[in-house]
Amino acid sequence: MNFELTAEQQDIRKMVRDFAEKSVAPTAAERDEKELFPRDIFDAMGKLGILGLPYPEEYGGAGSDFVSYALAVEEISWVCGSTGIGLSVHVSLCAWPIFRYGTEEQKQKYLRPLAEGTKLGAFGLTEPNAGTDAGASATTAVKDGDSYVINGTKVFNTNGGEAEIEVIFAMTDKEKGLKGLSAFIVEKGTPGFTYGKKEIKMGIRSSVQRELIFENCRVPAANLLGKEGEGFKIAMSTLDGGRIGVAAQSVGIAQGALEEAVRYAKQRVQFGKPIATFQGVNFLLADMATQVEAARLLTHRAAYHKSNHLPYAKEAAMAKMFASDTAMSVTTNAVQIFGGYGFSREYPVERMMRDAKITQIYEGTNQAQRMVIAGSILK
Amino acid sequence: MNLVVCVKQVPDTTEVKIDPVTNTLIRQGVPSIVNPFDKNALETALQLKEQHGGRVTVISMGPPQAKDALKECLAMGADEAVLVSDRAFGGADTLATSYTLAAAIRKLGNYDIILCGKQAIDGDTAQVGPEMAEHLGIAQVTYVAKLTVEGAAVRVEREHDVGYEILEVQTPVLVSVVKAINEPRLPTVKGTMKANRAEIPLWGAGDLAVSEPRLGLKGSPTQVRKIFTPPQRTQGVVIQKETAREAVADLLQKLADAKIV
Repeated sequence: MNFELTAEQQDIRKMVRDFAEKSVAPTAAERDEKELFPRDIFDAMGKLGILGLPYPEEYGGAGSDFVSYALAVEEISWVCGSTGIGLSVHVSLCAWPIFRYGTEEQKQKYLRPLAEGTKLGAFGLTEPNAGTDAGASATTAVKDGDSYVINGTKVFNTNGGEAEIEVIFAMTDKEKGLKGLSAFIVEKGTPGFTYGKKEIKMGIRSSVQRELIFENCRVPAANLLGKEGEGFKIAMSTLDGGRIGVAAQSVGIAQGALEEAVRYAKQRVQFGKPIATFQGVNFLLADMATQVEAARLLTHRAAYHKSNHLPYAKEAAMAKMFASDTAMSVTTNAVQIFGGYGFSREYPVERMMRDAKITQIYEGTNQAQRMVIAGSILK
Repeated sequence: MNLVVCVKQVPDTTEVKIDPVTNTLIRQGVPSIVNPFDKNALETALQLKEQHGGRVTVISMGPPQAKDALKECLAMGADEAVLVSDRAFGGADTLATSYTLAAAIRKLGNYDIILCGKQAIDGDTAQVGPEMAEHLGIAQVTYVAKLTVEGAAVRVEREHDVGYEILEVQTPVLVSVVKAINEPRLPTVKGTMKANRAEIPLWGAGDLAVSEPRLGLKGSPTQVRKIFTPPQRTQGVVIQKETAREAVADLLQKLADAKIV
């Protein structure tokens, strides 16, 4: 049994950490406050190879693995949860289904620029009336000659409006329900594809979520991803991987809050002693550290399974559920340790607490994760 | 163009603590980094390679763990790295260090420009670069803030308190650079992976044409008599009053209170 990261994984983690400290952290608070999407940071991550970390070099990737990718998401989220989720969505939810289900032409045309980081990716499944119940999608795609005509609306689309490449899902055969869902690659700027409102949110405010509107949007038939009717399978397997990204994002947010809390508890003096010397505070820190470590191990194991072509749906669901609950509780306790200062925007823990909440909700609510886990163990 | 960059692994802090009993640096718990000015030197070399082609070799003298610093340089894009390391080099002052590094550079052979940071942030001597040039018998230009190459001519702007000195020198030349010359690039994922797989050769005293009495502590005429943390300077006081007359009166009062006037 081996719990050590490989030398390569350790080096990549350090490399991304240096980048995060130097290029992501300094603007995190301001971007949160002003809801600024950091395209420059994504461009920089592209140049450094972070946006194509796990994909083969023949498709423009760096040729590393999904453990290194999870480490990268963790390190970025450690200083900025917003940037962390944008990275996760790009790599896991947009590039991956093209890598896994795309034709060679689709990979060269779409995966390559995504992996090289010259284009940004997004994933559109959720609709106003189809959240966890993806089979209730009302967006339709009707074949017409050499193209599909797409009509409908997607919501909460992360990276939406910024992404040049979207993987979206639409019903090609409503009669068939889940088996009538299909996946498509849609480029920004395609006639009939526009953006609706941008969400104003509690957390991850430097990440962007927009409404996607398709009005008689004509997409070449060559942009069908996989076969007609494979959409649900593609969406679910893609989300399995996405959950590793969200788990890593959660671990990063939690680690960031833990470090802030430890530092503060050592500095803050009350009753003539640093508050870290009080058991009421240091037991809290001990629990927080243990939760983060457990969440990290679950996350790394799920990523390891994915890298080594072992089943990972259950592992990813467990990691996502546990890590996101950890992020919520650790950030909440970090605010508690900071007391009134924690509630103030002067310190970063309140941002971390706001950022943590969404990790329990997106890419499958933690209730949906329990459905996945229960389904897997009761098979 | 063959470019050699000399780097040093240093503790990651400008506030190095000193053990009051032994008068030595407390290195424990302090992470090590590539000396920041040396990264400027490496960036200069990488840009020259991009413009003119060639090879960038990074060289460091230090303990075995200095390999980590060299790995980072490889990740940034250096083509190869050499670690000069031997117990016999231990305790070297700048003279013994520059002597040893010069021997290693001679062993590398063909070079056009040797690049160094202006100084290391731990010792702050700024001596090793210039001394290497002396050992090698080549030209040297220190504190360079801009550098361009045309054929064998190297045109530099040398930083001065009052402005810049513009010089043209012929290769081979040793150049030490200041922070203002560029912004060092970050390593890429691919570079990091390549660096991880790279073999970094280790050269000891036996691999170099050196005379043993000139190495390490034995070859070091400098003797450290005492190292101490200077007393902290207290912050100055700014006297702000409505008028100069009031401010001067206040100042005189303060000086009188302190029994200075």
